Amino acid sequence: MATLSILGGRVIDPASKLDSITDLHIADGKILGTAPADFSADEQIEAKDHIVCPGLVDLSVRLPGAVHKGTILSETRAAAANGITTICCPPDTNPVIDTPVVAELLQHCAAGMAKILPLGALTQGLKGEHLAEMGILKEAGCIGVSNVQAIVNTDILRHALEYAANCELTVYLHAQDPWLGRDGCAHEGAISSRLGLSGIPEAAETIEVARLLLLIEMTGVRAHFCRLSSARAVNMVQEAQTKGLKITADVSAHHLFLTEKDISDYNSQCHVCPPLRSQNDKEGLREGLRHGSLHAICSDHQPHEADAKHSPFAMTASGISALDTLLPLTLQLAEEMQIDLMSLLGNITYKPAQILGIEAGTLAEGSTADVCIFDPNKRWTLNEENMHSLGQNSPFLGWELKGKVNYTLIDGQVVYTRPR
Amino acid sequence: MNSIQLNKQGHLKHFLGIEGLKRALLIEILDTAASFISVSEKAVKKAPLLRGKTIINLFFEHSTRTRTTFELAAKRLSADVLNFNISTSSSSKGENLIDMLRNLEAMHCDMFIVRHNAAGAPHFMAQHVAPHISIINAGDGQHEHPTQAMLDMYTIRQHKGEFAPLRVAIVGDILHSRVARSNIHALTTLGVSEVRVVGPKTLMPKGIEALGTQVFHNLKAGLRQVDVIIMLRLQRERMQGALLPSAHEYFQYYGLTEEALKVAHPDAIVMHPGPINRGVEIDSSIADCKRSVILQQVSNGIAVRMAVMAKTLGTVSEQKGTQ
Repeated sequence: MATLSILGGRVIDPASKLDSITDLHIADGKILGTAPADFSADEQIEAKDHIVCPGLVDLSVRLPGAVHKGTILSETRAAAANGITTICCPPDTNPVIDTPVVAELLQHCAAGMAKILPLGALTQGLKGEHLAEMGILKEAGCIGVSNVQAIVNTDILRHALEYAANCELTVYLHAQDPWLGRDGCAHEGAISSRLGLSGIPEAAETIEVARLLLLIEMTGVRAHFCRLSSARAVNMVQEAQTKGLKITADVSAHHLFLTEKDISDYNSQCHVCPPLRSQNDKEGLREGLRHGSLHAICSDHQPHEADAKHSPFAMTASGISALDTLLPLTLQLAEEMQIDLMSLLGNITYKPAQILGIEAGTLAEGSTADVCIFDPNKRWTLNEENMHSLGQNSPFLGWELKGKVNYTLIDGQVVYTRPR
Repeated sequence: MNSIQLNKQGHLKHFLGIEGLKRALLIEILDTAASFISVSEKAVKKAPLLRGKTIINLFFEHSTRTRTTFELAAKRLSADVLNFNISTSSSSKGENLIDMLRNLEAMHCDMFIVRHNAAGAPHFMAQHVAPHISIINAGDGQHEHPTQAMLDMYTIRQHKGEFAPLRVAIVGDILHSRVARSNIHALTTLGVSEVRVVGPKTLMPKGIEALGTQVFHNLKAGLRQVDVIIMLRLQRERMQGALLPSAHEYFQYYGLTEEALKVAHPDAIVMHPGPINRGVEIDSSIADCKRSVILQQVSNGIAVRMAVMAKTLGTVSEQKGTQ
C-alpha cells in the first residue's frame, strides 16, 4: 500500500467545512483522513504555513486543437502546475467533440496530468441543425453537452434540450443572442462608442437567458449557465432559482476583476467573449457569488499564440490564457470582498464538481486524493517566463499576485512540485 | 488614450486622433495651416519643407478624395509620395499588418498615412512601427478621422472667427461616423458652447452623451439657432434594411432642406465631408447655396494636411503656431 502524509498544513475542505492545522494522510490514491497522529507513511510532504485544499475543478478550459496555441499535454500540465486537477473542455475544439472518437482521444491524451472531462456537442458540428449522438457521447465519457453558440431555431433548441434531458445529461448554456451584437467585440456603451468598436449590448445576454429559462422549465432539463457577464442576467438566474428552477451558473475570474474600461487603449488582451462589461456588472457578478446564485468561478482558459492578439482590436482572437491566474485571483477576491477563504475555495472545488456530477473537489475520507498545496502568502508577478500555459495572452501580465502552488497531487501521486 | 501621439517634449509624433490633444495644439495646427494656404495659391505650388522625405499612403479601404488631398499636400511640401491600395494586394494574400509594416519600414520611409476599416489600426501601427516613422490616421473604422475634423475646424474658424459662442449640430449617421467622433472631440476641446448630434435612434451610438454632446432625434429641434451644421454622408448600404426603411423616408425627416434650415441661425454655415448624396441627406439647392462651404472644406483640407504632416515630421518650428 503506497502511503503519503502531508504534515502540519492548514487543511481546508470546503465540502466538509473543515479548516484546521493538521496532517492529511493518503493511501492508494485515496484520502485516508487526518488521523491517526502516529501514522507512518512512505513519503512525507512538509506543509507548514501552507494551505492544503482539494485539487481545483475548472469548468472551462479550451483545448483548441491547434498545436501552436496549446496542446493537450501543455495545457493539462499547466493546469496541474496551478493546482487544477480536473478540467472541463467545451466541445468547440477542432475537430468538434461530436463523435465518441474525439471525446475518447481527449481523455486518453491527458496522461496523468489534470483529468479532462469533455462536453459533447448538443448538435452536430455545433451548427444547430441536427441533434448530436448524445447517448453515444455520454458513453464515451462526455460529462454534459453544450452548443457553445446559440441555437437559432427555437424548435430545434427545444428538442435538443428535451433529448439531453432524456439522456440525463446536463446542458451547459452560453447565453448570447445570435443576432444582437453579432459583429460586436466590446460591451455596447459609452466606451465602445468612443473607441468606434461595434458593441454587444447587455440585452444580447439577457434575452437569451430569458429564452433559455423558459425552455429549461418547459423541458425539465438539468441546465448550467456558463460565463454570465451582466448583473441583470445574474438577477434573472437568481429569480428563477428562487422560484424553484434547478439551475446553476458560473463566472470567469476575469469578469470579476476587469471591466470595459480595461480595453480603453485597444488592449487586445481584454478582447474576450462574452465581453468585459461595466463596473456595475462586475459588482453584480461579485454579489452573485456572495449570494450563491453563481456557484462556480472558472478560468475560461483560452490559450492563443502571440500573433492572434497582435492586430487591431476587432481583428484579434478573443480569449484569455487563464490557468495561471485562477487560484491567485480567487485568493485576491477573498481579500477584496472580505469573504472567508473557505467559501471562495468552495467555488473552485466542490461546487463545480457538483455541477459536473463527479466525486471530486473534496478531501473527505475515501475520496480521490486530488490535492493542491499552496503558499497563500507568496507574492509574485505574472510574466511571460513564469506562465505555465503555452498561451501567454493574459491581461494580468505585470500584476502582482499572491499565492503560489507548491505541490499538486492527482490520484495520490505528486504530479507537480514547484522548483526551488 | 492617444498619449502615444506626442513625444517627450509634447510635440506631435503621430496624428492618430483628436481625443486627448490639447486646445493649444489644435490652434497651432490651424495657424500653421493658415500659413500654408498661400502655397496653394501661388503659380509654383511648392514649399521645400519635406524635401527628401518619403510618404506612403497606405489605404486598406477605398478612398479617392482623402487619398488625393493627402497626396497633393505631400507634394506641395516637396515630399515623394507612394500610394498603396492594400485591399487589392497583400492583405488578401494573408500577410499580417506587422509583416507589412516591417516590409515598408525596410524601404526607408518617413511617414505612413493610414486608412483602415478596423478602429484602432493606426494606433496599433504607431505602437509597433520603427521610431523614426510617423503615422497619420486617415480614418480608422468608426473611430476617428482627425484630419477631417481639423479641416472642418479650419473652415469654421474661417467663417465664424471664435469657437466659444458657437452652437454646432452634427446631423445624420452618427453611429458609423468617424468624422462625427473626431469633430465632437475637436469642438469640445476648442470650447464651443454646444455640440449637438442629430439623427434617428438606429444611427445613434449608445452613451454618446458621455463625449459632451446633446442628443436630438428631431431635425428641427436639433437645428434650432445653430451656427454651424455638419451633415454626414449616409452610406448606401444603410439606406435600406434594418436601420432605415428607405432613403426617401430618411430625406423626409433628416434631409437638410430650405425649410429645415430656416430654424437655424440666419448666418449658419452648412458643411459636409463629402461625397454628398443629393436628395438623401441634403437637398441639391442647399448643397449649392451661398451658405454651403463644402468646396471650401476641400480646399482647406490640403493646407490642413500639409500642416499636420509638417508638424509631425517636425519641420515647422514650434513657436510658429503660437503667433
